[in-house]
Amino acid sequence: MINVLKQQWKKENNKDISKKYLAFNNKNLVPNIITMEVLKIATAGSVDDGKSTLIGRILYDTKSLTDDKLEAIEKTSKQKGYDYLDFSLATDGLVAEREQGITIDVAHIYFSTPTKSYIIADTPGHVEYTRNMVTGASTSQAAIILIDARKGVIEQTNRHFFINNLLRIKEVIVAINKMDLVDFSEEIYTKIKTDFQALMEKRDYQSQKITFIPVSALKGDNVVNPSENMPWYNGKTLLEHLENLKNQDIYNVGTPRFPVQYVIRPKTDKFHDFRGYAGKVYGGELNVGDKIVVLPSQTTSTIKEIYFYDQKYQTASRRSSVTITLEDDINISRGDMIVKAGDLPKIDKQLTANICWMDSKPLLPGSKYVVQHGVNKVLGRVDAIHHKIHPDYSGIDSDVDSLQVNDIASVTLKLNKPIFYDEFKNHRTNGSFILIDSQSNHTVGAGFIS
Amino acid sequence: MKDNTSHINPLENEAIYIIREVAAQFEKPVLLFSGGKDSITLVRLAQKAFYPAKIPFPLMHIDTGHNFPETIEFRDRLVKELGLELIVRKVQDSIDQGKVKEETGRYASRNQLQTTTLLDAIEEFKFDACIGGARRDEEKARAKERIFSVRDDFGQWDEKNQRPELFDMLNGQIELGQNVRVFPISNWTELDVWSYIEKENIEIPSIYFAHKRKVFFRDGLIWSHSDHVYQDDDEEVFEKVVRFRTVGDMSCTAAVLSEASDIATVVQEIRNSTISERGARIDDKRSEAAMEKRKQQGYF
Repeated sequence: MINVLKQQWKKENNKDISKKYLAFNNKNLVPNIITMEVLKIATAGSVDDGKSTLIGRILYDTKSLTDDKLEAIEKTSKQKGYDYLDFSLATDGLVAEREQGITIDVAHIYFSTPTKSYIIADTPGHVEYTRNMVTGASTSQAAIILIDARKGVIEQTNRHFFINNLLRIKEVIVAINKMDLVDFSEEIYTKIKTDFQALMEKRDYQSQKITFIPVSALKGDNVVNPSENMPWYNGKTLLEHLENLKNQDIYNVGTPRFPVQYVIRPKTDKFHDFRGYAGKVYGGELNVGDKIVVLPSQTTSTIKEIYFYDQKYQTASRRSSVTITLEDDINISRGDMIVKAGDLPKIDKQLTANICWMDSKPLLPGSKYVVQHGVNKVLGRVDAIHHKIHPDYSGIDSDVDSLQVNDIASVTLKLNKPIFYDEFKNHRTNGSFILIDSQSNHTVGAGFIS
Repeated sequence: MKDNTSHINPLENEAIYIIREVAAQFEKPVLLFSGGKDSITLVRLAQKAFYPAKIPFPLMHIDTGHNFPETIEFRDRLVKELGLELIVRKVQDSIDQGKVKEETGRYASRNQLQTTTLLDAIEEFKFDACIGGARRDEEKARAKERIFSVRDDFGQWDEKNQRPELFDMLNGQIELGQNVRVFPISNWTELDVWSYIEKENIEIPSIYFAHKRKVFFRDGLIWSHSDHVYQDDDEEVFEKVVRFRTVGDMSCTAAVLSEASDIATVVQEIRNSTISERGARIDDKRSEAAMEKRKQQGYF
């Protein structure tokens, strides 16, 4: 009986594992009761930069790996003949990935501290997977770019930085990894930092914040716990840095946009004439009493009520999913947009955008696609491909007649109906769209409006 | 009137947004309801998404026939209280029709058989979207799952050919015969769900709390002693105070020893737990790729 229970929890065994690999015991890092802040982080690194190891290390040092998961990692590491714990086994989820030892899709990893919940979108670093990096970065507010201290800034680093810049990630952390393999040398760290700073000169999005941290994911230096091996580094550890990020630092603030997702008409006795517009508020906040304009009809009205479930509010804060009622009975349907009077987006049937092509079937000028802009769908035709942008800062290529998967290019689209947009640089949500192939129904491209 | 909505959990805002997208983009959505805590959470989120209107789609339970009676009783009461439509399709019928064969032996479970019943029900009702309570933190293969996950005519998941999901935009365009599995609480962790249940004061079946139960021990797990669970003669039965952390049917869900008898203590226990939720799922122990294989075949 006692043996059975012992076997069930296996606590003793695992304590031994932690003794072997854990220098510091962060007992204070227990998860929070109610998650108020959620930070999504995209990670990018080349093959063998140790990205999965870094994530595994974060999970391990924040005590986010449970005993059974640790046990599985230990077992598999042993089977493979390693004398260390292969943390990449915690994140590489698909059979093909485990077989090839690479990450081939975006995986999501979760951990939390008393102040925040974290979601890591782990994207693969191969050249051919630009689309995955763009995807991972699109939902993230911060990014970690990994550099192998032995290799320094390589072409892949340029690509990772380019994409984070293109997607206007506000907060970028450059983690210079494998410091243990370069004797924790300050000189090497400084050299890499200088090389990276040269790259920063070329970026479009100059106000992006960049922080350099020297780490060893394998040994645990400066990931969660401070390094004893790099006394010359006075900055924060990776986790300390993330913990200190404030919401206002990581979200792009713009003007309020309220795309109507769904019209709520209960038609019950109590709510006989209720007509609510359900949607998520983007960019800024909306208040009861605000004068608004409905697009495309350009009808004006005033916000009467703001509901979240059965409670009424004075203000609908950014990114909350609310239901709004208006003073006037006007005809509004899904895809329409409610904006503040005097704060209108551009309304146009033609737009120029940078697009990232994501389909194996090439994009040709003249092709038609469904353009999904938020919750609004229109038809669009690619009128011209202006130039291809090399995603490593090596310039543009003006002589293009088609786009292949992972190409990024500036194009002009003609639409069958006007959409209501902002430039991507001013509004991450209202300045982006996806392209859908109406034959395959696949999402074939992502666009960032210029 | 309250001040502003900034206190609302971002995960809740995201889930409500996703559920509204389902109602808007699909003709015949359904919410897959197991009576477990995740699907109960989904029902609350759906209520919030459409208030003051009713949830505009039915619930469907794929009944293995091996459920905990407490779960079924809870299900029926919830549906009645909220005035929702409930569809039940039984694995027993698929067995009787000869479509699937009952497993035998020590590890016999109807868990895998559910897939056939589910796919048949999707075809019968022509559902184009099935909302489910799966979370990415549960299991490695689920970590790769999209929020809108397209299944082909055979209900299969093609994990290497998934649509990229950018920003908040969800592409629900499908061909006739295809359907989409939708996971509004993809980004929630087990602790997020429990905390939400506590904060919202959501009622859950009694088996999630400590109770006396006849159990036996096998492979380091605590199994329910029941007609639905195969038990060797030499596997001794004990009466223990246990609770369930995750609820599937009786043949695939293991209990944990626990004294936690209210939600606050349960949340505390989950916070301090050193074992993952799926560690108590007998069905996942079959092999490292067990979940991925089942998903490819159309499992939820």
